[in-house]
Amino acid sequence: MDNQRPSDRESIIGKSVPRSALRQLVHGRGRYTDDIQLPRMLELVFVRSPLAHAKIVNINIDDALRQPGIAHIFTGADIAEICKPWNGEAAHRPNLKSAPQYPLAMEQVTWQGEPIVAILAETRAQAEDAIDHVFIDFEELPAVVDPHGALEASAPLIHPDLGTNLADEQLIEAGSPDEAFNKALHVVEADFTFGRQTGVTLEPRSVIADYNSGSRSLTVYQSHQSPFQMQDLYAQNLAIDENNVRVICPDVGGAFGVKLHIYGDEVAAVASSVLTGRPVKFVADRMESFVSDTHARDHRVKARMAVSANGRIQAFEVDDLSAVGPYGHARRFSIVEGLQTITSAAAPYKFKHYRGRTRIVYQNKNMIGMYRGVGLPIACAVGEQMVDLAAAAVHMDPLEFRRQNYIDDDMYPHTTATGIHFEQLSLHQCLTQLKALMNYDELRQEQQQQRERGIYRGIGIATFIEQTAYGSRYYGPTEARVSVQEGCTLKLEPTGKVRCLTSATEQGQGTTAGIAQIVAEELGIGVDDISVIHGDSGTTPYGGGSWASRGAAMAGEAALKAARQLQSNILEVAAALLDLAPQELTLSRSRICLKHNGQSCMELEEVAKIGHFRQDQLPADLQPEFAVTRSHVPRNDVPPYYVANGVQASYLEVDTHTGIIRLLRHWAVDDCGRILNPMIVDEQVRGGIVQGIGGALLEKCHYDLQGQMLNASMADYLVPMASEMPDIHVEHVETPTRYTQLGAKGVGEAGTIGAIGVMWCAINDALRPLGAQVKEQPFTPEVILDALKQTHQ
Amino acid sequence: MQNTREIAFTLNGEEVSHRVPVRQHLADFLRHELGLTGTHIGCEQGVCGACTIRVNGRSARSCLMLAVQADGCVVETIEGISQSGEIADLQHEFIQRNAAQCAFCTPGMLMTAADLIGGKEPVSRDAIRDHISGNYCRCTGYHAIVDAIESTLNKRLASDKSNPHHG
Ligand code: FES
Ligand code: FES
Repeated sequence: MDNQRPSDRESIIGKSVPRSALRQLVHGRGRYTDDIQLPRMLELVFVRSPLAHAKIVNINIDDALRQPGIAHIFTGADIAEICKPWNGEAAHRPNLKSAPQYPLAMEQVTWQGEPIVAILAETRAQAEDAIDHVFIDFEELPAVVDPHGALEASAPLIHPDLGTNLADEQLIEAGSPDEAFNKALHVVEADFTFGRQTGVTLEPRSVIADYNSGSRSLTVYQSHQSPFQMQDLYAQNLAIDENNVRVICPDVGGAFGVKLHIYGDEVAAVASSVLTGRPVKFVADRMESFVSDTHARDHRVKARMAVSANGRIQAFEVDDLSAVGPYGHARRFSIVEGLQTITSAAAPYKFKHYRGRTRIVYQNKNMIGMYRGVGLPIACAVGEQMVDLAAAAVHMDPLEFRRQNYIDDDMYPHTTATGIHFEQLSLHQCLTQLKALMNYDELRQEQQQQRERGIYRGIGIATFIEQTAYGSRYYGPTEARVSVQEGCTLKLEPTGKVRCLTSATEQGQGTTAGIAQIVAEELGIGVDDISVIHGDSGTTPYGGGSWASRGAAMAGEAALKAARQLQSNILEVAAALLDLAPQELTLSRSRICLKHNGQSCMELEEVAKIGHFRQDQLPADLQPEFAVTRSHVPRNDVPPYYVANGVQASYLEVDTHTGIIRLLRHWAVDDCGRILNPMIVDEQVRGGIVQGIGGALLEKCHYDLQGQMLNASMADYLVPMASEMPDIHVEHVETPTRYTQLGAKGVGEAGTIGAIGVMWCAINDALRPLGAQVKEQPFTPEVILDALKQTHQ
Repeated sequence: MQNTREIAFTLNGEEVSHRVPVRQHLADFLRHELGLTGTHIGCEQGVCGACTIRVNGRSARSCLMLAVQADGCVVETIEGISQSGEIADLQHEFIQRNAAQCAFCTPGMLMTAADLIGGKEPVSRDAIRDHISGNYCRCTGYHAIVDAIESTLNKRLASDKSNPHHG
């Protein structure tokens, strides 16, 4: 459409326009779920399991019911009477086993923190006080905590009906890996342990349910990424007509995948409102968040890579063991981390022979779900570490080794040995740009000089890919009732302003600001002329919401389509009024202009006014259509995802006496396709990197052998603080996807995906002259010192 | 029977008196009794800083104070210092630089940063990072927040220089 734009029309897409949503938020005038108070609202708290694995023998609530302010107390059986369980199975993977999951525990508890009893009281303090008056008899069972142990013949079964703790096993093979490994001159091998971490949204999970027993309608305010998924779940599992279920996501204080899932406690809160006919609020406190928000990672990986004498990767093999807690997450599955690990590790490199295996096991720990990056950070870390080891084996510079082994620019479209389809990546360009940005050669010299002085600094480079916006060919066959389409409704108001209702949701990424930019550009109006309404299943078009870095790519495309249609409808009315052909006109600066010379003919406001109030001035057969809805879903004849890529570098110093790591500098060159707003993209990358650094250096859910989480508090579970983090330099390469008109691919997870890998590479680069190597993340001072100690033995 | 007590204090420039349960912390009281929901709760443990307010001119964690301890104090919240315009320039920089994403940390972060931008001396990026280290932000990665504080401070110092009498 570019050639149709008059020269005076400013482009808004691609500009760093500040987000209008921030104006209220910086004044403390946001409205998060816990900020909402409804009349007659009850506060809900849960009695949670103190044990990782036990039979529930008896629950006695009599004493608790007598405590002040207590309105109701529900057990699993009470809730199950009106709420069907859900299951993390996938229709197209008959071997994937998962047990049905109820909102509250039924006969057994399977992790410490599992909700068992719901207490509803007039105030939260009263509900909390009553917890001590609920008496539960447990028969403790041996807990399965170690992933390898879960598969041993003697391991207790978490769900005896499944007959195994193995949820699923997947294999990929390409070429002849055995032969290639046998023939190779060098084979490098490594083991990796990825710790369990969690998302730690600063706003905890929160929900308010308001069931109206008169109209049999349900309104839920929920801090969530996907209101439509929850609308569907409440309609299906609580048997309420879907047209009477409305899920509203107010301001959401961070989500990162944590708030994409179906949680028993949240559903129990909604069911409690149905049972009581009163509004019910549940807000997790921080301790509950740690034991019930979805966890992530927890993998053991073995990998080996074969490389020729001249530094060409010949073959690659990955064996992954993924422990996912006691259930698979319904609709999202818990096999995805494992699958991404074996399909995406070393995917940027050309090799023909490959074998990957992932085994997914159940254990008595909190559930694993989709946290920012899902399995891709693991894939990146494994692939990039192996590449560094291979480069070292043939004495090549790791950056040059990467360049030599990257998929060549003339090989696209390309399908990797691991089975991923790349439309077009910019690996070489990103690396070249990164090398210049970080002054690579000088940095290597500096590193060398420091080494001579006994200071151990490391340079890490990590290339990553990111599949974004998974489509219907991916989710459809699972029968998981996950919407992968996005929709947009635009309404021209009588003053020429626009309301935009999008199915995308916002947790601070700025997607809705990007959508406003698209609409503004297409309609020739300012971003401040547009209000975006989102996060309301009762008013916006149907869609998936925001996850898998899909907002800009999918909802953006829907907005583009809607804006083009609205523009054409506006021009049709204007053309009738001006006695011109619509093709002769365009919209610019809130005016109707002549396309060929940009001359202004009339104000958009005038057209809007006539279309709304003075239809008598229009030709008899012209119906002004000033409300337009369009949807977008990826085509079925293209891969079910877009692939973004990028490269990060880290420069850090390891104190070999204390094991403390000091981050000196961090760089990223990112290609997320078409960029709507460079500032927002930069901040997504930076924020993602810091979350990834947190995972790399600090964050781990520590469990003991009985399956008790030992650090379930903000003081004990460390997340990055400002003083520990470096400034982060971000640059871009723009390779739009050709599968959409807009060309955006997605960026929300990019920073996190590359960060663990780049830290791993940098630390081992620093330790290499000492012959030490870290194999376990997070890289706490203990892990570093252990690695150093092993070299002295 | 709930144990309650009468308290009186100055809140955002106005005199307030209220009967409060003695066990209630100040953050809950501000949020749920007075509707000042700009003060957020992220941990109730004094770690995250989301609940930062100002008590008698110094920033304080409202989750670590009981409401009864506010008796006789001067308390300011994000709503108050937004309304007075005290940090309008800082808020503007936060918006311009996208130094808030989900913004759940932002009111607390602004309260903490407000301490820094009133000074007469330039402050290094490292010192800014140290100063805000008691305020967790899970979204931004801090870089833009540091930029916003640094730039507000530098602009204030520059305008002090050009208007020495107003400094
Ligand atoms: S809520 Fe007060 S410091 Fe976290
Ligand atoms: S902006 Fe989300 S926690 Fe800071």
